Amino acid sequence: MAEWLGLLPAFPLAGFLALVLTGGRLPRRIAGVIGVGSVALSFLLALIVASSYLTGAAEPVTVTLWTWMSAGAFAPGFSFYLDGLSVVMILIITGVGFLIHLYSTGFMADDPGFARFFSYMNLFVASMLILVLADNLVLLYLGWEGVGLCSYLLIGFWYDNPANGAAARKAFVVTRVGDTSMAIGLFLLFSELGTLDIQQVLSVAGAEWEIGSGVAVAAAALLLGGAVGKSAQLPLQTWLPDAMAGPTPISALIHAATMVTAGVYLIARTHVLFELAPSVQLLVAFVGLLTLLMAGFTALMQRDIKRILAYSTISQIGYMFLALGVGAWSAAIFHLMTHAFFKALLFLAAGTVILSLHHEHDIFRMGGMRKRLPLAFWSFVIGSAALTALPFTSGFYSKDEILLAALAQPDYGMLLWLGGVLGAFLTALYSFRLVFVAFFGPMHFIQEADDAHHGPVREITGIPMALPLVVLALLSLVGGFIPVPVDAVFASATEHAEAHPSVLLHGIMIAIPIIGVLISWLLYGERQGAASQRQRFATMPGAGFLQRLWVNGWYMDALYDALLVKPFVAIARLNRHDLVDQGVTFSSFLAQVGNRLLVLTQTGNLRWYGVSMVAGLVVVLAIGAWL
Amino acid sequence: MESIPYEHGLILAAMLFVCGLVGVLTRRNIVFVLLSLEIMLNACGLAFVVGSARWGDAEGQAMFVMILTLAAAEVAVGLGLIIQMYRRFQTVDISVLNEMKG
Amino acid sequence: MTLLFYLASAAALLATLAVITSTHVVHALVYLIVSLLAVAVIFFVLGAPFAAMLEAIVYAGAIMVLFLFVMMMLNLGQTTAQEEREWLQPRTWVGPSVLVLVLLLQLGRVLVGEHTEIMPVEVGVRELSLLLFGPYLLAVELASMLLLAGLIAAYHVAKK
Repeated sequence: MAEWLGLLPAFPLAGFLALVLTGGRLPRRIAGVIGVGSVALSFLLALIVASSYLTGAAEPVTVTLWTWMSAGAFAPGFSFYLDGLSVVMILIITGVGFLIHLYSTGFMADDPGFARFFSYMNLFVASMLILVLADNLVLLYLGWEGVGLCSYLLIGFWYDNPANGAAARKAFVVTRVGDTSMAIGLFLLFSELGTLDIQQVLSVAGAEWEIGSGVAVAAAALLLGGAVGKSAQLPLQTWLPDAMAGPTPISALIHAATMVTAGVYLIARTHVLFELAPSVQLLVAFVGLLTLLMAGFTALMQRDIKRILAYSTISQIGYMFLALGVGAWSAAIFHLMTHAFFKALLFLAAGTVILSLHHEHDIFRMGGMRKRLPLAFWSFVIGSAALTALPFTSGFYSKDEILLAALAQPDYGMLLWLGGVLGAFLTALYSFRLVFVAFFGPMHFIQEADDAHHGPVREITGIPMALPLVVLALLSLVGGFIPVPVDAVFASATEHAEAHPSVLLHGIMIAIPIIGVLISWLLYGERQGAASQRQRFATMPGAGFLQRLWVNGWYMDALYDALLVKPFVAIARLNRHDLVDQGVTFSSFLAQVGNRLLVLTQTGNLRWYGVSMVAGLVVVLAIGAWL
Repeated sequence: MESIPYEHGLILAAMLFVCGLVGVLTRRNIVFVLLSLEIMLNACGLAFVVGSARWGDAEGQAMFVMILTLAAAEVAVGLGLIIQMYRRFQTVDISVLNEMKG
Repeated sequence: MTLLFYLASAAALLATLAVITSTHVVHALVYLIVSLLAVAVIFFVLGAPFAAMLEAIVYAGAIMVLFLFVMMMLNLGQTTAQEEREWLQPRTWVGPSVLVLVLLLQLGRVLVGEHTEIMPVEVGVRELSLLLFGPYLLAVELASMLLLAGLIAAYHVAKK
């Protein structure tokens, strides 16, 4: 069955080509069938491959399609590598991808760029599959760049609005910083190890490099740079909130379930390198910790429904980085999977809300929607419950594992654990703030809309939109029981110490999210004293400063603008008249001057021409006779 | 028979040539320009025949025959052009022929 | 013979000068015929009778007559003579004359080298024909093609 592996990215790629080559002239039904069908086929194939892998010997398989390039000793192939980790990833990508594609047929039904949307989505799925199946780092980089491109194309999908284009460019440029770091890391690995085949890199590096040696630290740090960029962690997280300018299904697919997890996948794949550089691995954990706290505080103050979810994504990936940093590789992948379920669910439900309310994003202008939008309401409740890690949801099990692993870290265990628990509290606070403000309380928007000519607000769903919500809700609830077959992949990893915390700590871990939900209800719930409670918090000293700080994302955008953008623009303005270009136009200027001088000899006068000929003859004879 | 110095023949040819040249450069009537051109051609033929006499060869005369042919063809076409010019401009002043200016 | 050579040279030079300074077209043409005939005499003195004949018959006889025909057809007579007198101010001669004198001096410098005497050996028709039908056959053919081209061109250019 492994021979069919090559077909996995081929189906979406064929879908992309079919939709692009027909130039959007296909009728919607057919474009939708091609777009969704190709991913559905990939999902079926992934199921078949996964089942044969898991029921078989469960040995890693390499399938080489062809040799990509051959330059001396460097001959990477277009080859795919199947083991437990890639099985998990392809199932997530094709499965959640298929559901989101199905949802999009309903969400984008009225959009004129319907076929273009599905072509980009298919290209994205193909690139992501190449990324996770890649046998060598060069092919992985191909997929990496491919998903970056599709992210750019899809964020700026509604290109008529220049703000969307700006957001797309910002995403591309910021991730490019990370990509450059990763490319330099690849160069370093190749020059040191002579190969970029992942398994070979891991074994050779493990054999030859000492733990903590400079080259290992450098390579791991550079790869971390790439991961940080793609996964929107500190300091390259500024692009993700702006990326919400794109249509909601792509926020669900790219910026929640798959692309932003590419960084986590990269670190997990090259885990040996990180184990060889413990300082960098610790850095991974702290990056994750700081990011999850920062994003958590910021999400607390946002008003746009998608921005709350965006910061929530940044925060959750911070948890995955935390897990990677303490060596809990399986826990990170497990959380990746559960996060894909409930975050996609939340985004798709948010899409339903936005569509039903005619593109209203501000939660404080919504209210009391649980009666009119029942499916969205229950999706949000289930998704937020999983996000908050309330007991027995999928998020509960994955976050639990991460926090236990963090506690076991020898040097900073308690600090990391406390940070993680604080993060869980914040998560509960902001996610249920969203639920209470949007779905409970007085019906602001619905009142207005009912009076206006839009007609009564009712939920916009059809089968294509409802089915994915239901399926994802189920997965968010029971996904915690799905075994993640990645232990064999990380078998070589040094065993992280199992933590056996006291009953008190365990109890705190479980209780904190519930306490968070209660406090959230106190402040935002549908009750009498809620508004006055919020007022009390708002008037506390320093509250205004904190509020502004968190709303503006800790002013990181402003910082980058002042530190990087403005100097760059100033330097570019220096060269406003483009010195290099002037050097080139100077030659044409010389030609024009020469022309104007020579034109003076074209008098049209016959005798003048005769005289000039004779004069030339005289000169030549003079030279000839007297030399 | 006395002999004739070779250089004198060539200098005569040079002087005739130069006369024709000054005629081309000075005159404004196109007929005179063509006439001066004929003088120059004749001078070249003279130079060739002088050379042929110096070496006792007939090759210079063969070249003279070619020059004669050339002069004939050139005069024919040139006169045709003069006729056209006269028809078009009603004058034989060459200063009307300056449309290639600039 | 040498005396004849120098006399004919003087005649040719004077006639040529008269051509270029003349104001009347037909006068100039006749002066040119005189010059050409003087050159024919020079050819004869140099021992090239066939060249002399050709000069007289073809050049003076055919080409100049062609000129005369066209001049009479265009009737460029008295009208242009007046124009010419206006155009030919002495100051128009200065520039070209200086330039041309420099050229003459250079030519003189270049052409006067070894002092050789010409023995007026008669190179007759026979030698010339042997050359023309021998090595220079191609040149003769090309010359005839040139004449053909000249004929067609002259016909076309002079058409109404």
